[in-house]
Amino acid sequence: MEAIVKKRIKQVIKGDQDAFGEIVEIYKNSVYQLCFRMLGNRHEAEDMAQEAFIRAYVNIHTFNQDFKFSTWLFRIATNLCIDRIRKKKPDYYLDAEVAGTEGLTMYSQIPDKTPLPENEVESLELHETIQKEILKLPEKYRSAIVLKYIEELSLNEISEILDLPLGTVKTRIHRGREALRQQLQYV
Amino acid sequence: MCPEQIIELMHEYLDEEIEPDKEQILREHLQTCKECETIFNELKKTIAFVKSISHMQAPANFTANVLSRLPKEKKKVWMGRWLKNHPMLVAASLFFLLMLGSIFSTWNQDQEFSVTKQKNLVVKNNTVIVPKGETVKGDVIVRNGKLEIEGEIKGNVTVINGEKYLASAGHVTGQIEEVNEVFDWVWYHMKRTAQEVIDIFDQPETE
Repeated sequence: MEAIVKKRIKQVIKGDQDAFGEIVEIYKNSVYQLCFRMLGNRHEAEDMAQEAFIRAYVNIHTFNQDFKFSTWLFRIATNLCIDRIRKKKPDYYLDAEVAGTEGLTMYSQIPDKTPLPENEVESLELHETIQKEILKLPEKYRSAIVLKYIEELSLNEISEILDLPLGTVKTRIHRGREALRQQLQYV
Repeated sequence: MCPEQIIELMHEYLDEEIEPDKEQILREHLQTCKECETIFNELKKTIAFVKSISHMQAPANFTANVLSRLPKEKKKVWMGRWLKNHPMLVAASLFFLLMLGSIFSTWNQDQEFSVTKQKNLVVKNNTVIVPKGETVKGDVIVRNGKLEIEGEIKGNVTVINGEKYLASAGHVTGQIEEVNEVFDWVWYHMKRTAQEVIDIFDQPETE
């Protein structure tokens, strides 16, 4: 597969947009999923995933072909998502009023630690709960957890994508895991 | 409270990076400590939960949408790449341009009257006359002047930037050609060059 991608990249560098279409086909699901788990909104996720591919296309000449393309692509996507999260942060202060509600703040959206009702265990709702808890993680832990358990990448690859030492990546995954454990222990 | 070290070992285990002797310590501890066992199981459950929500599909038309948003290639980039990929064409077109330039400059330089030197040709005030009853052998070329043919020319006639007058009694065995415009001039040059090239290739065969 990497061999096919390498061949397509050479064609893209020559200006072949169709070859780029094939690269998008190969990676679209994982990039979209990465963005969705980071941002928690389908519309934003699609927007960021598209943006990631466009940036990859525009900057393809800066890609070092000795490395794995997916690592480079995930790095672009992760950075875009982190930038997006940082930019929109003021809208998400916990004590800010939730739009369309009267006096309801984000604090009331955080589930307390009492056991959840039984029907919550239904698969779809469970998925929503898990997603919500991932979104509550600070973005530095969130990116590490998503890359490790959603994209199922190795610690070394994650360290390359996030441009961080291996030790830092491990610490972030450990803390992210611990935070999720506390939130999900009664689910 | 259990030592922080045990929690650390759990994470090492979950990262699949634990050494066998440390794994042994962890296992022994978990068998004796209910609290740590709970934490360990919760951690494993958390991982299973997070993994369970993977495998999402990108929306339909995702690829088409990306391709439609790609920037049109800049002309400069396109030109640069094109030039790089077609060195022969660049050399050829450069050569063509230079040749065209030189032809134009010869056109501008040649404003003076001139005629091929042949017997029996009479020249009067920029007018070349082939007198009655006379025969001129070979091709006649007149630049910037008139040509009056009252006799006979055994060959081709070319009048560049001038006029030709063929009397009823006059006769030309070859072709008559008049070149009056720059483009005609260029065309004439190209034909002549081509003819010379063909002649060069033809020669060995005729010999």
